Amino acid sequence: MKPSGSFVKNAAGRLVPRIVNGMAMRPFALVEGIAPKGTTAGTLIRSCRDYPSDGNKSVRDLKEALRRSGLRNGMTISTHHHLRNGDALTALLFRAVKELGVKGIRWFPSASFPCHEELVPYLSSGVIHHIEGSMNGALGRFCSEGKMKGLGVLRSHGTRYQSVQDGEVHIDIAVIAAPSADAFGNANGVEGPSACGPLGFALADAEYADRVIVVTDNLVPFPCIPWAIQGNLVDFVVRVPSLGDASKIVSGTTVVTRSPDRQLIAEYVARFAEASGIMQPGFSFQAGAGGTSLAFVLKLKERMKARGVKARFVRGGSTQYLVQLLEEGLTDSILDGQAFDEAGVRSMRSDPRHVQTSPFTSYNYHGKGNFASMVDLVVLGATEVDLDFNANVVTHSDGYLLHGIGGWQDCLFSKCTVLAIPSFRDRIPVIVDRVTTLCGPGSLIDVVVTERGIAVNPLRKDLLSAVKGSGLPIRTLESIRDEVLDLCGGKPNPPVVDVKKPVAVVKWVDGTLLDTVYRVGGKKRE
Amino acid sequence: MKQQRTAVAGRMDPDTRSDCRVEFTRLDRGGIVVKVESKVESLYGESIRTLVTDVCRALGVQHAALRVDDQGALPFVLAARVETAIKRADRTITAAYLPGDPQKHSSQAARVRPRRTRLYVPGNEPKFMPNAALHRPDTLILDLEDSVSPEEKDAARLVVRNALRTIDFGRAERAVRINQGTRGVEDLRAVIPQRPDVILMPKCEDADAVRTLVTEIMAVERKHQLPAETLLLPIIESALGVENAFAIASASPRVCALAIGLEDYTADIGVERTAEGKESLYARLAVVNAAKAAGVQALDSVWSDVDDMEGLHASTIESKALGFDGKGCIHPRQIPVIHHAFQPTEKEIERAKRIVEAADIARKSGSGVVSLGSKMIDAPVVRRAERVLELVRQYTEEEGRA
Repeated sequence: MKPSGSFVKNAAGRLVPRIVNGMAMRPFALVEGIAPKGTTAGTLIRSCRDYPSDGNKSVRDLKEALRRSGLRNGMTISTHHHLRNGDALTALLFRAVKELGVKGIRWFPSASFPCHEELVPYLSSGVIHHIEGSMNGALGRFCSEGKMKGLGVLRSHGTRYQSVQDGEVHIDIAVIAAPSADAFGNANGVEGPSACGPLGFALADAEYADRVIVVTDNLVPFPCIPWAIQGNLVDFVVRVPSLGDASKIVSGTTVVTRSPDRQLIAEYVARFAEASGIMQPGFSFQAGAGGTSLAFVLKLKERMKARGVKARFVRGGSTQYLVQLLEEGLTDSILDGQAFDEAGVRSMRSDPRHVQTSPFTSYNYHGKGNFASMVDLVVLGATEVDLDFNANVVTHSDGYLLHGIGGWQDCLFSKCTVLAIPSFRDRIPVIVDRVTTLCGPGSLIDVVVTERGIAVNPLRKDLLSAVKGSGLPIRTLESIRDEVLDLCGGKPNPPVVDVKKPVAVVKWVDGTLLDTVYRVGGKKRE
Repeated sequence: MKQQRTAVAGRMDPDTRSDCRVEFTRLDRGGIVVKVESKVESLYGESIRTLVTDVCRALGVQHAALRVDDQGALPFVLAARVETAIKRADRTITAAYLPGDPQKHSSQAARVRPRRTRLYVPGNEPKFMPNAALHRPDTLILDLEDSVSPEEKDAARLVVRNALRTIDFGRAERAVRINQGTRGVEDLRAVIPQRPDVILMPKCEDADAVRTLVTEIMAVERKHQLPAETLLLPIIESALGVENAFAIASASPRVCALAIGLEDYTADIGVERTAEGKESLYARLAVVNAAKAAGVQALDSVWSDVDDMEGLHASTIESKALGFDGKGCIHPRQIPVIHHAFQPTEKEIERAKRIVEAADIARKSGSGVVSLGSKMIDAPVVRRAERVLELVRQYTEEEGRA
């Protein structure tokens, strides 16, 4: 590996910083990850003598909880995206931090949403030093334009768990939004006015943070059952009038795409699942809550019914459509990381076959296996894919950071990973010569399904021969790319970014650095 | 100093996608000044400016200011919008900017081919065009008529012209529905040189109208030295048209099918159009009979409720039973439903195979009598069976294309 200033070229051929926010980093070396050493992180030993024996850990307000947690400049505070775009707690939290006169916080959310635009002033004023977590919408623009004081660190859900477990990220204070909790700190997400479903994303934080604050708008007498978060890990419980906008926490109903082109993509994926033999009794799959994914679930369901095929398990994020599969006997269980609509929350609350999972069980790469690699078929999106099937999910072709990684990287380890994507968006070709940001190595991406045809990774000769003669439009990525470039008027210019100014880094599942996101504007990338 | 003339084309509102708004002002000096606001600026900014300048040059514009507000318009759309704005500012300009190549995506028009589905794509909605054929309609219609408002006819004409030159519509039959009257003649001048397979002729009422249109088409074909290939698909949409259906169908060898348009027909006879369709039964039967008498296909009207798939399926089964060979679509999701309904059933195919086999055996043995088991089979039954197998062959070929 040749050094290049403060950058080093990693095994994927991407330049990555040697040091990120003062910490030495290792460059990406292997898709399978480098062998970890040492022991996992520990946390301070606590004693019952320091906690009220009546179990009442309630404090007056968030400010009081933060003060008693020993909040100081430069600490790391974590939050979770269970409340999605309805989250009001994070704004309350940083108002309290600001009022306490504290600055330079590393915010460590499991994901951010457009509603977090209201945190931009705290980033500008230095209350928040930088974000390690997904950066969408206004936060993505803020970071991409080089305005954030530190470097953003983008991790998958699994890598977030890994970084905490391995001691790379030490959380000083975890603030857990709990739709239902008791004064001892037991909490769940399935009851209460802000019910959101599982709370699995807060698991690592509850286990490893120095201090854990549970915030609820639905305080119930002990015991709060089921306890997705155990009160024994919790320091303080704070009651607030409302955690957020319930209509944005879960949607009343998730909506299937009406776009005929996306419907066509979904149809191709479902046909592929059947023709390849993946859809067979006892199989498993995971698809997201995007319109195309939902359409895919419906189309796959028709095929499962027609062939009398039942799945052993399906992976959430759950929606009404997955719940219908469960209730109609087309799957034995739902293993769920988050619920996207009311049907998902209701099912998790009432059906023991609808089980809460966490990034530890599902995604963490530094464990004794995880669920992701056991899934037969996973259907994902992407913003760009290159001719070697390498894909990008965090930046757009103009260089702007606009999406988080979520569980995307972790899911690539499934037995068959399908990217279901349009071949172009407006005038933006999706199949490119070089992805703007590398998030997923091509060797893990098996199939790209577009409205113009299906490209199977040449490494997957088994899949290629399985779908031969199926009548599916199997093509090469090159031929789809050429057709699209013809429509779009030739190759687009690469994004204009300043390669001397990194604004964020993308981690791989083993904690190594896979790629760098640069400030938009300035010098052209060479 | 000459008067400055400004004109606008295209669209730009919060819902606009893959389109743009172009404002053109002719100037006396200063060359061509292009200002672009585009969501794809970093990807295609230079390409946009170059294309805008090229269109100006091709149209003989030396000095002008142009402002482009772009939401990711593809080059064929951008070029059409710029040309429309220029021509709106100066109606004397006849030159054109022709992107792409009319030969590249055209194929020889086939008089006989499956026309189970014909998908209408609004002529001024370019965002639907690049992907329309991926949904595999037998015929793809770029519509200049009812889906385009009167003030946008000029704009749609150029979008459709450019689309025919630049987009690969795969194996779909490439069709254009033109306007009536002089507007229709202008439409022909713009689209015939782009080699569409079929021209749909709206509100056709008599054979003279067909012959007049053929004359107009031939004039354009001759001017551009094109082979006399473009087919005609008259749409019967009035009581008079129904009465003249046979004369219309047999007015020219270019007529490949007759279609019926029931919204206008029911309005013409003064009744509501119902889902059941009793009010148009006579007209539909008359059109089927006239078409078959003239040896062309008969195509049923569109099903307008795009959410009612069961209704569409039942209606298509009825169309097929009445003798229609196809049905109109206004949404891609209707296509598989219609194709499925037109597909002969396994039982029909099985029976047809046995009849044709029996007929073969009878022919080989020199026997004039075809029998299946204990039953005698008449010649028309054999012909119908052969037709079923022929349709299966054609449809399978269509499905197998990739």
